[in-house]
Amino acid sequence: MNSIRYKSLTFEQVHVGDTLPPLAHEVTTTSIILGALASRDWRPMHHDRDFAQQRNGTRDIFMNTPNQAAWLERFITDWAGPKARIGRYKFRMGDSICPGDNMVFNGEVLGTEMDEQGCGWVSLRIALSVGSEEKTRFTARVALPVDEHDNPWARSGDRWRP
Amino acid sequence: MPHNDDFTIGLNEALSWLDQKRHAVVGEFDVERGYFWTACAAVQNGNPLYWDEQLAAQLTGGPTAPLTLLSAWFRPHYWMPGRDTIPLPWQTHFDLKETLALPEAVATDSEVVFGEPIRPGDRIHCCETLRSLSEVKTTKLGKGRFWVIDAVCHNQHDVWVGTETMTGFGYRNVGARQGQQG
Repeated sequence: MNSIRYKSLTFEQVHVGDTLPPLAHEVTTTSIILGALASRDWRPMHHDRDFAQQRNGTRDIFMNTPNQAAWLERFITDWAGPKARIGRYKFRMGDSICPGDNMVFNGEVLGTEMDEQGCGWVSLRIALSVGSEEKTRFTARVALPVDEHDNPWARSGDRWRP
Repeated sequence: MPHNDDFTIGLNEALSWLDQKRHAVVGEFDVERGYFWTACAAVQNGNPLYWDEQLAAQLTGGPTAPLTLLSAWFRPHYWMPGRDTIPLPWQTHFDLKETLALPEAVATDSEVVFGEPIRPGDRIHCCETLRSLSEVKTTKLGKGRFWVIDAVCHNQHDVWVGTETMTGFGYRNVGARQGQQG
């Protein structure tokens, strides 16, 4: 099979303090509903404005948790490329993301670590903001290839320690 | 509210759930690629791993699901013949609300750890476990308890594919909101 060319960061190219390219998106009713249905989340606060306002007291329908995670995944792999394999992420939600919000992801490399199995890990701190307000804070642990021949996706069992 | 100051309601029952497997669910359908692309389209994710067959074969031995779709594979359909109610994901969260007589609850933190990639044709099953239940706490939302619930997921070969951990806060007396209500 021919080798396919694509951009993918390697572990040695990443350093503590590096920043990820920001990702901005103008949130719409469509994007929130599309994200909820794509993640099979049928709860009405993610597609029914009256319900969201009257039952949840929110400004409008709001982005569901799996869809925030999907945006996070895109943000990380836009930066790191297809060889990057997310091991774990954690987040704390503040206020809701609603239609009309211009959400922006920003991220920074907090640490780098090579585990006992030779897997290269980077720790990221990521914020999802609207204007000056930080809505959700994330941390993520992502495996990057240690060199151009390495492939984190080939790891399994004891060789994969997320 | 008649029991507004009594935070021992249902406590012994809830504590008996600690570290016990609860609400095992099996996905109602095989993992399918259409969802991969719908999920990517929803966030305009152009990762070639999900769009380029040759690259997927080269890196992951064939197509795999976007990682953050994990919970989609065991969420029930909105409707099925003969079903009167929609089963809820994180049923333990709602059980705790009801049993502890805490009418409001928010999910404050979420953590997901990923194992083996999920592939088309897989059938995912999942089981919840209550990991902790806090003492009574007072926050700006109200007075109640925090809890931590794991949802551990495996494929049809019983290979671990991921674990979701949710921290919830069930409370009385609504104040300013924080987190996503559920």
